[in-house]
Amino acid sequence: MNNRIENRLAELKSQNKKALITYITAGCGGYEQTEEAVLAMEKAGSDIIEIGVPFSDPIAEGPIIQGASIKALNRNTTLAGIFEMVKRLRQKTDMPLVLMLYINTVFKYGVEKFFINCKEAGIDGIIVPDLPFEEFDEINPTAEKYGIISISLVTPVSYDRIEKIAKSAKGFLYCVSSTGVTGVREHLNTNFADFLERVKKHSAIPNILGFGISTAEQAKYLKQFSDGIIVGSAIVRLIDEDDRAGSTKRITELTTSLREALDSQD
Amino acid sequence: MSQEKGRFGKFGGQYVPETVMHAVEELEKAYNKYINDEEFNRELRDLYRDYASRPSMLYYAEKMTKDLGGPKIYIKREDLNHTGSHKINNVLGQLLLAKKMGKKRVIAETGAGQHGVATATVAALMGFECQVYMGREDTQRQSLNVYRMELLGATVVPVDSGTKTLKDAVNEAMRDWAANCEDTFYCIGSVMGPYPYPEMVRNFQKIISEEARAQILEKEGRLPDAVIACVGGGSNAMGMFYNFINDKDVRLIGAEAAGKGADTTLHAATMTKGDVGIFHGMKSLFLQNEEGQIAPVYSISAGLDYPGIGPEHAYLHDTGRAEYVNVTDEEAVCAFEYLSRTEGIIPAIESAHAVAAALREAPKMNSDQIMIICLSGRGDKDVYQIAKYRGVELNEQ
Repeated sequence: MNNRIENRLAELKSQNKKALITYITAGCGGYEQTEEAVLAMEKAGSDIIEIGVPFSDPIAEGPIIQGASIKALNRNTTLAGIFEMVKRLRQKTDMPLVLMLYINTVFKYGVEKFFINCKEAGIDGIIVPDLPFEEFDEINPTAEKYGIISISLVTPVSYDRIEKIAKSAKGFLYCVSSTGVTGVREHLNTNFADFLERVKKHSAIPNILGFGISTAEQAKYLKQFSDGIIVGSAIVRLIDEDDRAGSTKRITELTTSLREALDSQD
Repeated sequence: MSQEKGRFGKFGGQYVPETVMHAVEELEKAYNKYINDEEFNRELRDLYRDYASRPSMLYYAEKMTKDLGGPKIYIKREDLNHTGSHKINNVLGQLLLAKKMGKKRVIAETGAGQHGVATATVAALMGFECQVYMGREDTQRQSLNVYRMELLGATVVPVDSGTKTLKDAVNEAMRDWAANCEDTFYCIGSVMGPYPYPEMVRNFQKIISEEARAQILEKEGRLPDAVIACVGGGSNAMGMFYNFINDKDVRLIGAEAAGKGADTTLHAATMTKGDVGIFHGMKSLFLQNEEGQIAPVYSISAGLDYPGIGPEHAYLHDTGRAEYVNVTDEEAVCAFEYLSRTEGIIPAIESAHAVAAALREAPKMNSDQIMIICLSGRGDKDVYQIAKYRGVELNEQ
C-alpha cells in the first residue's frame, strides 16, 4: 500500500493541480477545536494537513506558532493526547496527516514507540524542523520501517546541500521560501525562479513552498514556481480559544480562498 | 578521543534547522582551517596577552587554606581578565575567526551578561556590528551589564518569550541566525550548541588549564589532587578540566546550581536531575518533563540558569571521569561572602558555586594535597543582588 501523502500528490499531479498544505497547532483551543478545524480545512480544499505538536522551545517558529504552542501546553496537550485525537479524526477522514514536531519530543517518547503509535493512529508523515540531513539516522530508518514518511527541508541557503537532501527525500520536498522562522510575511524577497530551478535539478518528487506564506495573492504568485504551498501561521493566528465556531469559520474562509487561488487559471 | 565527528560518546551532534546548516558547515570549515593555523594562533595568543591580560594568575589562597585546614588551595584568577571573566578567551577566538570569515555582524546570547559584555567588547575592538539577546528577567537582574554592553556600542535585545532567561535568549539568537546567517556570525558563549561549537569553545577556553597546569608544576613541582569549577553550560569548567583529563589522579569537580535545592522545583541541577535529550543543537543532558518539554530552571545566578549542559561534560559524567556536585543559592551566597572576607576577592555569584563546593570538599582532604578553584569571574555585577538577597537596601544614586 502506498502512503496517503504520495497517493494524494500523484492524484493532484494527474489532475494538473497544485497542493495546498495547511498547518494547525494541536491543542490550541483544545483537542476538539483542532479536530473541528482539521475537518473544516479538508472540506475547504486542503490536501494535506500538518498537525503541530506543541514544544516549549520551538526554535524554527515565529511568534504566532510560539504563542499557540504555549496556549496548547497550558491546556496540557500531550503527544499521547494528540495520537488519540488523530485516531478520532481517522474515523472521519482519509486525508494525509503529517505531524510537525521537534526532535526532543520524538526522542523522549521513544523513537520506536513513536513510530508504532504513528502507524496505529494513522499518521502518514512527519516533519522535524531541527533534524538536518546529518542527523537523519536518529529516526529515519525507524520511520521507514513503519511506512511513515520523514519530510526533508531545503532552503534558499542550502546551496550545494540541496543535491544530497533532494536525492534522499521522500513524499515531497519542503522548500523553505525565505530564511528565518515561520510566520506571516508581507514581502517575500527570495528569487523563487532561481531557488526552485536549483531544487528541480535534483528533486524527483513534488517541491512545495512554505514559511511566510499567508495570502491568496501570494499563493497565486508562488504556484508558478512550485507544486504547491504550505500555510501555517496565517491559519494559526485565526484561532480564538474562546470562539470555536468563529475560528472554524475564519479558517474555512482562508483555506477556501487559498484553494481558489491555486485553482484559478489567471 | 577517537570519536565520530562532533560526538563525545553518544553526546553532541548537529541538531539544528536546515536554515542554519549552511552557516554551520561554513563555520566548521573555517574552524578546521584555522584552529591549528600558526598565524591564527599567534594572533590569538597576542590578543590573550596584550588585550585580555593573560596569563591569569594562579594565586595561593593561604588564609583560606589555613582556615579550612585541608589541602593547599590555589585560585585560578580568571576574574582578573579584561571584562572580568573567562568569557573573553572564547570571544577573542570566535570573533578572530569571524573576521577571517569576512562576517560583518555578530550576535550572542547572554545570561548574566558576562558573555554579552565580552562579545560587545571584542566587537568594538574588531569593528563588528553587535546584537546581544538577553532574557528580560536577566536584563533586570543584571542591568549594569546591559548598560556596559550599550556603552560598548552593542544593541541589547530583551527576550520576552518562554521563561525570559538564558535558554530563551539562545532560542532568539538561533532565530536571528536562521534569518541572517549569510552575514552574521553567532558567537555562542558556552561549550554547547551544534558541532563545532562545543569543541571550538573548549579549545578557546583550554588556555585556562594549559596555564594552570604549568603554573602549579612550577610552584609545587606536582599536579593538583582536585580542580573545581562551576558549571552552567560548562565553558570555564571545560577550560579548567581539559588539560587535566589525561592526568587520571586529578579529580575534576563541577559545581552546578541547585537553586533552592535539587529536590525542589527551583533549581538548575542538570547533572543531578536531568536526562538525555536533544535541544539547542546537541544531544546532551537536559532538565525536561516526561513529554520532553524543556523545564523552567532557577538559580540566583543568571549565568548558571540553563536547563542543559555541554555534551563533553555529559560524556565526562557518563564515563565517570568528572564528578558533579550541586550547590544551593544559600551555599553560594555564603561562599561569596566567605571569599570576600577571607581573601579580599569578591567572586562572581557563578564562581561562588565553585568556591562553595571547595568549602565542602576541602575539609575531607589532607594538608599534603592541592586543590585549584577556577574563579571564573568577578563579583562586582552581583553586589546589588546579593545585598537584596540579604535584605540590605542599597540606594542606587
